[in-house]
Amino acid sequence: MTLKIASKWLACAAVVGGLMGATATPSLAATLKMAWAQDATGLDPHKQTAFSSIRLLELIYEPLVRLDGDLKIVPALAKEWTFSPDAKTLTFKLDPAAKFHNGAAVTSADVKASFTRILDQATGAAARANYVSIASIDTPDDKTVVFNLSQPDVPLLTAMGSINAAIVPASEITGGKIGTAAIGTGPFKLEKWEPNQKEVLKAHAEWAGGKVGVDGIDISVLPDENAILAALRAKQVDFALLNDPLVATLVPKVAGLTLNRKPVLSYHVLQLNPSRKPMTELAVRQAISCAIDRQDVLDTALLGEGQITGPLTMPLYRSDPNSLFCYKKDLEKAKKLMADAGFKDGFSATVIAATGEPPTAASEAQVIQSQLKEIGIKLDIKLMELNVYVDTWLKGDFDMAVALNGGRADPYTMYNRYWTKAGNLQKVSNYADDTLDDLMQKGRVETDVAKRKEIFAAFDKHLAEKSPWIWLYTGYSYTAQQQNVQNFVATPDGSLFGLSKVSLK
Amino acid sequence: MNYLLRRLVTFPLVMLGVSILVFVAIRLVPGDSITAMLGTEAGLLTPDQRQALAAYFGLDQGWLVQYGKWLSGVVSGDLGLSVTYGKPVLDVILQRFPLTLELAFLSMVIALCCGVPLGVFAATRNGRGSDLGVRIFAMIGQSTPSFVIGLGIIYVLSAGFGILPSMGEYIPFAQDPLGNLSQLILPALTLGLSFTASVTRISRSAMLDVLSDDYVRTARSKGVPKRKVIWRHALPNALIPVVTLSGVEFGYLLGGAVLVEQIFALPGLGRMTLEAILQRDYALVQGAVLFVALNFMIVNLLVDLAYVTLDPRIRLGGRS
Repeated sequence: MTLKIASKWLACAAVVGGLMGATATPSLAATLKMAWAQDATGLDPHKQTAFSSIRLLELIYEPLVRLDGDLKIVPALAKEWTFSPDAKTLTFKLDPAAKFHNGAAVTSADVKASFTRILDQATGAAARANYVSIASIDTPDDKTVVFNLSQPDVPLLTAMGSINAAIVPASEITGGKIGTAAIGTGPFKLEKWEPNQKEVLKAHAEWAGGKVGVDGIDISVLPDENAILAALRAKQVDFALLNDPLVATLVPKVAGLTLNRKPVLSYHVLQLNPSRKPMTELAVRQAISCAIDRQDVLDTALLGEGQITGPLTMPLYRSDPNSLFCYKKDLEKAKKLMADAGFKDGFSATVIAATGEPPTAASEAQVIQSQLKEIGIKLDIKLMELNVYVDTWLKGDFDMAVALNGGRADPYTMYNRYWTKAGNLQKVSNYADDTLDDLMQKGRVETDVAKRKEIFAAFDKHLAEKSPWIWLYTGYSYTAQQQNVQNFVATPDGSLFGLSKVSLK
Repeated sequence: MNYLLRRLVTFPLVMLGVSILVFVAIRLVPGDSITAMLGTEAGLLTPDQRQALAAYFGLDQGWLVQYGKWLSGVVSGDLGLSVTYGKPVLDVILQRFPLTLELAFLSMVIALCCGVPLGVFAATRNGRGSDLGVRIFAMIGQSTPSFVIGLGIIYVLSAGFGILPSMGEYIPFAQDPLGNLSQLILPALTLGLSFTASVTRISRSAMLDVLSDDYVRTARSKGVPKRKVIWRHALPNALIPVVTLSGVEFGYLLGGAVLVEQIFALPGLGRMTLEAILQRDYALVQGAVLFVALNFMIVNLLVDLAYVTLDPRIRLGGRS
């Protein structure tokens, strides 16, 4: 009888042990187990623009050049490049060792076919706007590509560092396979993609960039970031990408976990609509700028996880915020400006924000609402599902909008769309003036770095003073890792390309 | 038999109604597949580029033409192509359905195995402390949101014990029974708790009604043991509302438990539908809703048929 009971208990213990054992499988030696909350939405590098897609595609595809941790342009598929003195011809020499995942060598014909595809309107590549100065492409030999430009375009080189300018095999383009089979040249090959479930990546043994530090990466999509943190705690994943600062700040409190925090280019902003009364009045816009305590918004909504910024967020061009117009809260000045504009008693307006994008959008709107109340502005917050928000935003159908806009390494590429009279997103910004237009055109053709810095410093100052938008702060990109993960380098554009050099101890 | 036929004939009509509703509803929501894919970068597209993408996503034709094409496909068993997954919609749904079905089944087993005995136990001790305890448990179970329970379980397991069920990818039972159960037991418990609470409350009140009926008193006065009266005579009669509740709840669960699937990162039907809505993957949303509606109708029909088995006095579709 005792034996029977004991054997029953043993059986139970075996089942429980089995269950628990199944739940705590240790990670394989050389495969990095990774998690993120948002999955890629597609595999076509020329069409995908969402952060979540770019993060995956950067591991599979490569452009001609890329940006390093300091946003300097460094070789990728091209070993070297030269601009002609008039900045109207850009010549690249390709890396002779570069190979696609199917074993074929990368040739100038692939480069030409890739850019022809991007520039073809039928492709629907949103980033095409950055490459429209390319008039023709010559391929004098297999490893040389010459871009002939219709006008001087210095920012083009930086724009070519985007994964939206990835080089894909010409044969895949003619076969209509881009977006279904992911044949790139990057450090990892895509072995398996189950959308919104997982990706399996294997190291590309013939990668021209050197030896990849791990055999592969298994990526799990865990939509709730609290679950990602739990998976890190349980050592179920080695490395994770986090978006929510509220979750990220919990990581250092867990023994054995490290949080990597890198200032990013994307910026949090309160967009005003200068085509709508009373934001048509400069004094009203400036009053709003003076009434907002940016540090308070940052501390309350983002737990202080960021840095106050002006319009330009890239380290090379970033100015001291204190030198910009009304970056210190000045209620008296704000009230006077409101009175001068004829709005002594304030006015009512609506501010739109997307639910969960960024995760702090609602909190930011609430803090701004309470701050603007002090100068009599009654804000009605309208929270919207992301797609509804994007649709409303693109139509410019708002009084004010809380937004997290993507940054770029070059000021021209970043703001040409908004602040030039011919900008594609003029309908959203609703503001341009001769000074901004002029400075942008100068910045586009200037090749001297010091002179470019001067031009864009003036641009930065003018924009902050005219206050069509109220720039708030930049946040951080967050990754969390176990102690056995080594050599990961984060970059300001949030790229995970640094995983190519990661190894497991 | 006549009843069954009549019910089956209504299926296509209901499906037609559902198909029109979902087709129109998803298109009335602002945004489309292009803005879902490109976000604010969609503003950089030239009109020609937008036209090319609209043609790619099948948005370049009028609603009526789109609906006609889709419906004729549905009739021939083709629910269309998911633009997110690049696969036929039916394949994507059938890939996600086993997990949802298993999760719903496990939750129902937990709810019925715990809820019915608890309800009977409370009813037979009406007004006593143990009855109060069961009622408090039921109230807490019903009023606690599933995401609180789910996150609580995850936190306790990961922070307290350093373990966690496998998340992200579904492990089929046939492939690894132990792995499958370890993956689904916690989500099933999370879902099952509120389901158990509902079943407990319904079982208790139904049992209280039945226990006050004359035939129960007669049986007791004839000397039939209390236990036999409760389990053999009273319980089957008290089960009809429980079956109704379970059917409705099971039908809902077959549509996917979005929150629990989200928290435990389970690739089920609910999460898939939510993502399809966010991505404006019209074909997938339409296909998923039709599939869920069909399941719901089948479950309801089975529940109605179960009434006859439980209570032979019930005559379906005619005069009783």
